[in-house]
Amino acid sequence: MSTILEVSDLDVGYRIAGGHIHAVRGASLTVAEGEVVAVVGESGSGKSTLAQAVIGLLPGNGAIEGGSIRLGGSANTTELTGLSEKAFRGVRGRRIGLVPQDPTVSLNPVQRVGVQVGEVLRVHGLADKRTARLRAVELLAKAGLPDPDVRAGQYPHELSGGMRQRVLIAIAIAARPGLIIADEPTSALDATVQRRILDHLDALRAETGTAMLLITHDLGVAADRADRVVVMSGGRIVEEGSVERILTDPADPYTRTLVAAAPGLSAPPTPRTPPQPSDRPVVEVGGLTKDFPLPRVRGRRGVLRAVDDVSFAIARGETLALVGESGSGKSTTARLVLRLADPTAGEVRFDGADITRVKGRGWRELRRRAQLVYQNPYASLDPRFSVEEVVTEPLRAFGVGGPAERRTRAAELVERVALPASVLARRPVELSGGQRQRIAIARALALSPDLVVCDEPVSALDVSVQAQVLALLEELQTDQGLAYLFISHDLAVVRRIAHRVGVMREGRLLELRPTEELFTDPREDYTRELLGAIAGRRRAADAVTTRSA
Amino acid sequence: MTELLIREGTPDSSGTAPGSSVALPTPPTRRERLRRLPRFLGHRPGLVVASLVVLLVLVAAFAPGVLAPGDPNVGVVADKLRAPSGAHWFGTDYLGRDVYTRVVHGASLSLQATVIAVAVALVVGGLLGLLAGFVGRWVDEALMRVVDVLLSIPAILLSLALITALGYGTIKVAIAVGVASVANFARVMRAETMRIRRSTYVEAARSVGTRWYVTLWRHVLPNAAGPVLVLAVLEFGLAILAVSSLSFLGYGAPPPAPEWGSLIAEGRNYLATSWWLCAMPGLTIAATVLSVNRISRALDGEWSRAR
Amino acid sequence: MIRYLARRVATAVGVLWAAYTVTFVVLYLLPGDPITTMAGGGLDGEPLTPEAIEALKVRYGLDQPLVVQYGHRLGEALSGDLGTSIQNGQDVRTAILEALPPTLQIAVGGLLVAVVLGGGLALAATSTSLRWLRQLLMALPSLAVSLPVFWVGLMLVQIFAFGLHWLPSVGASGFSALVLPSTTLGLPMGALIAQVLAKSLTTVLEEPYVQTARAKGVGRAAIHLRHALQNAAIPALTVLGYVAGNLLAGTVVVETVFTRPGLGRLTVQAVGVQDIPLVQGIVLFAALVFVGVNLVVDLIYPVLDPRIAKGVPATS
Repeated sequence: MSTILEVSDLDVGYRIAGGHIHAVRGASLTVAEGEVVAVVGESGSGKSTLAQAVIGLLPGNGAIEGGSIRLGGSANTTELTGLSEKAFRGVRGRRIGLVPQDPTVSLNPVQRVGVQVGEVLRVHGLADKRTARLRAVELLAKAGLPDPDVRAGQYPHELSGGMRQRVLIAIAIAARPGLIIADEPTSALDATVQRRILDHLDALRAETGTAMLLITHDLGVAADRADRVVVMSGGRIVEEGSVERILTDPADPYTRTLVAAAPGLSAPPTPRTPPQPSDRPVVEVGGLTKDFPLPRVRGRRGVLRAVDDVSFAIARGETLALVGESGSGKSTTARLVLRLADPTAGEVRFDGADITRVKGRGWRELRRRAQLVYQNPYASLDPRFSVEEVVTEPLRAFGVGGPAERRTRAAELVERVALPASVLARRPVELSGGQRQRIAIARALALSPDLVVCDEPVSALDVSVQAQVLALLEELQTDQGLAYLFISHDLAVVRRIAHRVGVMREGRLLELRPTEELFTDPREDYTRELLGAIAGRRRAADAVTTRSA
Repeated sequence: MTELLIREGTPDSSGTAPGSSVALPTPPTRRERLRRLPRFLGHRPGLVVASLVVLLVLVAAFAPGVLAPGDPNVGVVADKLRAPSGAHWFGTDYLGRDVYTRVVHGASLSLQATVIAVAVALVVGGLLGLLAGFVGRWVDEALMRVVDVLLSIPAILLSLALITALGYGTIKVAIAVGVASVANFARVMRAETMRIRRSTYVEAARSVGTRWYVTLWRHVLPNAAGPVLVLAVLEFGLAILAVSSLSFLGYGAPPPAPEWGSLIAEGRNYLATSWWLCAMPGLTIAATVLSVNRISRALDGEWSRAR
Repeated sequence: MIRYLARRVATAVGVLWAAYTVTFVVLYLLPGDPITTMAGGGLDGEPLTPEAIEALKVRYGLDQPLVVQYGHRLGEALSGDLGTSIQNGQDVRTAILEALPPTLQIAVGGLLVAVVLGGGLALAATSTSLRWLRQLLMALPSLAVSLPVFWVGLMLVQIFAFGLHWLPSVGASGFSALVLPSTTLGLPMGALIAQVLAKSLTTVLEEPYVQTARAKGVGRAAIHLRHALQNAAIPALTVLGYVAGNLLAGTVVVETVFTRPGLGRLTVQAVGVQDIPLVQGIVLFAALVFVGVNLVVDLIYPVLDPRIAKGVPATS
């Protein structure tokens, strides 16, 4: 098999205000024709920069500072570094296709999608105005878009995220390039959609024999889709090898932590023993329902039932997870439990007391006992506050202690989330994502609550950091007997932390069962579909079948 | 229009943040930042000049005698209409008065009017915007409709209508200019308040039990102050222009009191022969406004980077 | 689409009514009563006797309660009657319409200057790959908005009329007399358009969909014209609406500088003698133009961006 892409000793740097960042250092890799190579790394590892360098789309302040990129193929070999802008235009789209990261913003919002697909063919002289339109429809059909002739005449905002990603795939394959670069192609989509699209891309690729350079942060996705894996960290390639070898026998210590932290790949964690059932649950909801009014359509006002007749109870020391895809109502349920939103029907009992309609003093009292940790640690901390101010805010709100006492308490809390006391004087911007999420947890613990609601607490974090934060949450639970309501779209994460798992879809709670039972013996088809979409499952399943064979 | 101007990026910020692929450097502590200030300014000579110009104008406004010890209203008729020279930097006018002295003393009246105008706009507009943004619902609806109406009447005509009702004079011109820019402040303040009120950290503060007025004081006001301050500085430049326009049209202080706008109006009659009578006060206004705008841009950049 | 249109028109009518109310409040409520103000003077008015003041009040309906006055005048305004000028008894509407033609000339000229200068500058600045040239071009608009308009006008007269003798300094006759006033009027507005369009082009050119287009192999110029311009045009169009709506206000200063007859001069005279009905009429007329122009702009938005007609926010 001949090589289609050969990167050797590549150095890429960025000019920034008052300095220079060496984003890719001496990277070398090859992609053979028809092969799929995954580049895996966490944010800041240089993986996206590498991809941008290959397709010649580095940001204005970035430049290739050394090494070479050779694009091969059966016909001819081209050196891409130092290629003129004009010559590069003949390469992009024609010889290298790109499937970009976020489909919701990667299509021109004011142009019909058919035109955008046809444009590739037209700029490379592969079709004229009329044939481009026909070919665009064919390509959309090939990319798996239903009703392609109708869709071609629509604007991007009329299509769902998954459909838009299919349009982008149609664009990438239009000119039959020998190499496709997929930069985190589906990380903005729901897991089931993600799986279907990647499956389709795989099939298309296999059919045409196109090679692919897959950029991803998710070792699970890489394991499922790639022939070989390249691991990047700090701008360097730290390890490279076949998927099997990387997963079973990682040589580099960084790869080892990555493999160990990837939730979908590791062996199922030992099931967490549920706590002793106490006579009274911390929180209990029954028949919870929430309607949101929709904008008037033809004079009639519809409602969106976001949460539909949901009931569950959480015991002291227990973690109940609610999983579902976007729009399933899981976050709204969390807000209803905390009374940050008012339910349309149903009741919420906290420690036996009905709090469904409490206002004023009672509502504030609830704030002492139930806390929330948000998904995005960048947004949930006031940028102007110091860490000490953030952590002591609940204490100030309830007038707990004097300034000196609060200071001591802040130091204790920060220590409990395993951060040095020196962070107290810092501001949130000066901390990393994982550190910020620890601060948010410390704030939630300040008033020693009974219940902590965690709304996607780790989904904005890199996998190795995810594992640390999950371990911290577990430890705090054991120490203090906290009850967690854990909201997540990520089943692999849920399996690690939850005692019981509820699956939500379109506002309804489909099934609610102990974690291991749900994972090994799902009752609902939808649950099975969700489980099947966990990245890394395919590889794990293969490994099991080969081992048993 | 001002909020459109305000978001204009500084040219030197274009080369940062190469996407998600590079970790952010840790921001410097306060002391480090202080140490970097000379270098920061060294790379921005324009900002240094702008600061000096504003400083000079402030001195002229509060202590004109320091810069120009002479009497602005007394001239030597024999020296009338002299071109700029070592003795008369800005030349002399038709009564032989020193134009430089008149421009320096004019700063006082012109700046007084500008400060009043911005203060009126900032206080009234800021409060309206805060109320609309924080209370929301029908209060927001009602106040924003009022703002729409104020915006639909061109600023200078609204000012002229107010002058028709109030009469002439520096203070009245100032109020008229201030009222005409209330709507701008209300809009920016409302947008900022809404942005912050809906931010996750404010919800987080509410959900740990912080009372609404504490949230307003500790989260919303400090975070909204930056953009509103930037607007205030920018609006200061616009107010100088608006005040001098009205003064040029003759609605300001009665002669012989020197005002920047009226100085130009006086010089207009001698335009063909004595160019400096118009050019010099005009250049002074332009330099002041440019400097204020440059400072506003620097502030805007700093704030947006600190966020 | 019809709903969108109906809502815009309803808003426009509401804004006009409110503008009437605001001017009424400002002009008739603030100083106590206008006749006394008028009696005190204007620039060259002689003080009136108390009897004469009473007679005037009855004549202008000012002896009635304010609410009655407001209702009465609003009714008249709706039928197109804006009252009569206190200065010379002329019908306000006629006065405005008579002063309009010369003002329209420089307004159209100014708009042309603004669009050509502003649009050209923004396109040039964003398409050049020379860093220093881009910075130079982008510095021009901020310079232009910092200059006092009346001073720019005077300096243009100084240079092109008195210095080079190319163009007349004053007057309203012929095309050559239009050049300087139109330039003076259009310059600051062009600067605004340039700032906004350049800013919005720069933002759009960094959008992921532009990256997608580049990855297809589309060339620089084609990306600028086919992908970026239409997306970037919306904020620029908003500013263009603002600019066009403010043209009349700009003529107040410009017509004074160039001693041209027109609506701007009429305004200055009316304010000078505190001719309240005339001032109110002019302000209302300006608001009407502003609202009308922005209504047109609102109707162009959905053509440029298909999301707007469906009520999808266009910001993303």
